Amino acid sequence: MNTTDILSSLAAVQAAILAHEADIESLDRAIGDGDHFINVRRGAEVLVAMRDELAPLPPGPAFGKIGMKLLSTIGGASGPLISSCFIAMGKALNGAVEPSPQQLAAAFAAGVEAIKARGKAEVGEKTMLDVLIPAARQWQALADADTPLPALCEQLAAEAERNMLATRDMLATKGRAAFLGERALGHIDPGAKTCQVAINAVCAIFAADHLNAQQLQRSTTP
Amino acid sequence: MKKFVNHVDTMLRESLTGLVEAHADLLKVEFEPTFVMRARPASTKVALISGGGSGHEPLHAGYVGQGMLDAACPGQVFTSPTPDQMLAAAAAADTGRGTLFIVKNYAGDRMNFEMAAEMMETEHATVLVDDDVAVENSTHTTGRRGVAGTLMVEKMVGAAAEAGATLTECKALGDRVNAATASMGVAFTSCTVPAAGRATFDIGPDEIELGVGIHGEPGRRRAPMMSADEITNTLLDAILADLKPAPGRQVLLHVNGFGGTPLVELYLLHHVAAKRLKTAGLVVARSLVGNYTTSLEMAGGSLTVTLLDNELSGLWDAPVRTAALHW
Repeated sequence: MNTTDILSSLAAVQAAILAHEADIESLDRAIGDGDHFINVRRGAEVLVAMRDELAPLPPGPAFGKIGMKLLSTIGGASGPLISSCFIAMGKALNGAVEPSPQQLAAAFAAGVEAIKARGKAEVGEKTMLDVLIPAARQWQALADADTPLPALCEQLAAEAERNMLATRDMLATKGRAAFLGERALGHIDPGAKTCQVAINAVCAIFAADHLNAQQLQRSTTP
Repeated sequence: MKKFVNHVDTMLRESLTGLVEAHADLLKVEFEPTFVMRARPASTKVALISGGGSGHEPLHAGYVGQGMLDAACPGQVFTSPTPDQMLAAAAAADTGRGTLFIVKNYAGDRMNFEMAAEMMETEHATVLVDDDVAVENSTHTTGRRGVAGTLMVEKMVGAAAEAGATLTECKALGDRVNAATASMGVAFTSCTVPAAGRATFDIGPDEIELGVGIHGEPGRRRAPMMSADEITNTLLDAILADLKPAPGRQVLLHVNGFGGTPLVELYLLHHVAAKRLKTAGLVVARSLVGNYTTSLEMAGGSLTVTLLDNELSGLWDAPVRTAALHW
């Protein structure tokens, strides 16, 4: 994967997030404070606008630049979390121009670790980490086993969807939904949903060359 | 949505421009990145900087000026500002005596200020305000929220900083005021974030949200509408259970409107609350009534009690000259 692939996946993520506006917004209104989608959209728009600036950079520095830009753009709780992830991925990839699947998986794991450290949250707390932590583990395991890309993408997307849906039955102990106590039960976490939408979009892009992307467009409506 | 808006994307900029036009003697604003600071910056004092999502006006920019803050960083509506704003505000307000960040305990505010603090190269400290007793503290949550009691911290630490207190003293005082302050609110209606265009939550015509946060986020429980006496008892029971004041203690009573409740009701609420505090053996020695920490156009309000002593009363009484608080 090179920077061109990253840029296409960012564009795909933006398109997917816009396509899920109604879903994500209604989830945030139910158990958040209604600004999550607006913030994420602002971040996604800035990323797409950075295309020319990012194109000549290797993936590592491109991720670093994305992280710093998002840090000054998104705000809210998602800003520092998502930025920390990109900054850590950038550091992990360093100057590699065409990182291997294993390097990419390790960089993503470093990014997820940065979110854990910044948000002081773990799996099971009804946050984006309920999708991201298992995704990082699974990606590393699949990459280490040299799983072919289409199978890797399909499994990652399926697992992300399963973990996103599982936040419905969790009590929130971190994030804005924590203030709701038991009233958050029965609602999917909007951060988890956004991450699942993003993972699904990236997986679809990478699998597209090998697999009919239609197979991955399974319904993600809660 | 019926609001005074031209375009949601330019709303914050237009509003801040209006604020500094209306208070040109007190304030100036920068936009790249966005922060509001004193028109005439102080030359030798600890710099006090706060910030948070917009939509809570006059918090925080309305409290920039002599005797309170040196600068404030407004984020988008109900969205924490970003670290670059805090770093720019800190650089502009720095007098060489250090910077104190006053931060409401919300995950977004905390993380953005934390990242700014990590990037600071000058001396700094942070006071985390968590006065809201509606949501219990526990090791599993992000803890109590910072709400209307933030004003007490900004006012009292502001007075101390103006009088020459060191960064260490300001930080200790901020923590002490926060510990002596407890708040709880109630919402009657929802509010509409302009960029979202519709109400943040649904609430029936005869329902109230007890323990609501300052973004309209739900609190302790949904209840049927009740009398002012009953609401006051519910709020003050929780506040006094938290503060556990000794009988005879002097207190500051702050009745805060969320933006959509008229003063006629807020003064009534003050009367009812003061009566109840008196019954509890307390002396209401200072009062503040009005819309100071708002949630856009939400109807409802909050009660804040701060336990006073001679030092805190003196700091409260000290002169202040800001857009929203002045004596």
